[in-house]
Amino acid sequence: MVNLALAWAERYQQENPQVRISVTGGGSGTGIAALMNGTVDLANASRQMKEEELAQAQQAGYSPMEFVVARDAIAVIVHPQNPVDHLTLEQISLIYRGKINNWSEVGGEDRPIVRLSRETNSGTHVYFLETVLRLGNKDDKTIFSADTLLMPSSEGIIAEVSDNPNAIGYDGLGYVTADVKTIAVSADPNGPFVLPSVETVNNGQYPIARDLYMYTLQNPPTGLVKAYLDWLLSPSGQAIVTELGFVPVLTNP
Amino acid sequence: MTRQTKQTAPQQDRLVTLLIRLSGYSSILLVTLIFIFLMKEGLPALADVGIGELFTDRWYPIEGYFGILPLISGSLIVTLGAMLVSVPLGVGTAIYLSEVAPSSTREVVKPLVEVLAGLPSVVLGFLGIIAAAPLLRRLLDLPTGLTAFAGALLLGLIAIPTIVSIAEDALNTVPAAYRQAALAVGATPWQTIWGVTLPAARSGVLTAVMLGMGRALGETMAVMMVTGNAPTLPHGLDALFMPVRTMTATIASEMGEVATGSAHYQVLFLIGIVLFLFSLVVNVLASSVSFRQRKRAERLLS
Repeated sequence: MVNLALAWAERYQQENPQVRISVTGGGSGTGIAALMNGTVDLANASRQMKEEELAQAQQAGYSPMEFVVARDAIAVIVHPQNPVDHLTLEQISLIYRGKINNWSEVGGEDRPIVRLSRETNSGTHVYFLETVLRLGNKDDKTIFSADTLLMPSSEGIIAEVSDNPNAIGYDGLGYVTADVKTIAVSADPNGPFVLPSVETVNNGQYPIARDLYMYTLQNPPTGLVKAYLDWLLSPSGQAIVTELGFVPVLTNP
Repeated sequence: MTRQTKQTAPQQDRLVTLLIRLSGYSSILLVTLIFIFLMKEGLPALADVGIGELFTDRWYPIEGYFGILPLISGSLIVTLGAMLVSVPLGVGTAIYLSEVAPSSTREVVKPLVEVLAGLPSVVLGFLGIIAAAPLLRRLLDLPTGLTAFAGALLLGLIAIPTIVSIAEDALNTVPAAYRQAALAVGATPWQTIWGVTLPAARSGVLTAVMLGMGRALGETMAVMMVTGNAPTLPHGLDALFMPVRTMTATIASEMGEVATGSAHYQVLFLIGIVLFLFSLVVNVLASSVSFRQRKRAERLLS
């Protein structure tokens, strides 16, 4: 969600030249760690804080406050020439577990499947692991097949998927470009298969969607931080969410 | 006046000697401090995670799988692959520059090799992900081009300048009389290079190869971008054409996220210790061959 945080900060500084906001990327864990060290005022995270992170923050004397600032859907993507255009969550799970290894097993050509994933420090990685690979089952301890390629950036995933007809990848809907094909997904084997979009995420039809969070060091936030958060959640802040391909939180104004 | 200079000169001398001595000791001190720090942060992993767990074949730290074998093998495969690329090209270039090329060509080629040394590795990595990986996939009909081989090619390029400049220096120090003697007894230029000059400079060339290897082993950014980062143990000779994950890429991509003092943090430092030991071995080998060379040169001169 670093794209979103950057766009917000940039627009807000244009409208309020006296405010300085610097944004650093690196993954949800990085942001939360920085918050716990007290080096930032706000941490963006694409997952909720873990219990041990919260405990560590409280030990350091902080009680971070949580805000849902946008929604996001994870798109499953393949090469544009791959004939496969829909998959069930279970099929995607079996692919990433290493149980399905050829595209012909899911209605495609006779090609090996190359699995791409974000690095383990990405909130997207953890969310995909819990929601898709383990199908939301908390007792399931399955992990990614060892030969899954862990890409350090979204751009790396898009570059490889747009070039390689064997590849399957996943990434936030906001990062998906026209160079790759998005797969329609269904939780139920009988369908309906749904493509991710603002509408299908908002009405809950698309099964791989989540909230995006911002944590504040102050609880409750005051001054500049409060003004910034208020602006983020206002229609002008949420308009940027839509511009970047994420899904706004103000669904029923 | 003269009396004053006589007094201050030894004082200045002492001061400068002291400063030089301090700067010499400071590097020893720094290396020692770094080593102590690595040990302090990394060694607890042996107890907390357990040696048995560390020598397994699965690396997935966010769920407590801490097998570092795939990372060690990944680094070794990529480094050895890089040597296959850079040793013939690097030593070849050094021989060409030192023995064959006319000085006008040398003045053009040498700076160009040095430009290669100055290229930021992230730029090479970017070229690798955009150009080399897709090309390799098509040419070799691989499932994906993001493999150890792509990393080895890039690392080879990165190691070449190191090998060229040190090997060329070694060849240049071979006395001209050696070559003249070989040519005088009827050897062709190639026989002179292969039979006389190169063996005479052997230990210097070996040092060049070792230092190039150290350079490849420690490189991070380019390998992280093109090797695919899949922590799998190799099963055969085709491992060079499979995705791998190196120790350096693992530390670089995971260190930013870990909680200080956690098991994952300790294991990352332990990987740092392993890397440190690897490059220590390479460097000790490199300096032991160059010491041997010096002894022989002294013998020849006496």
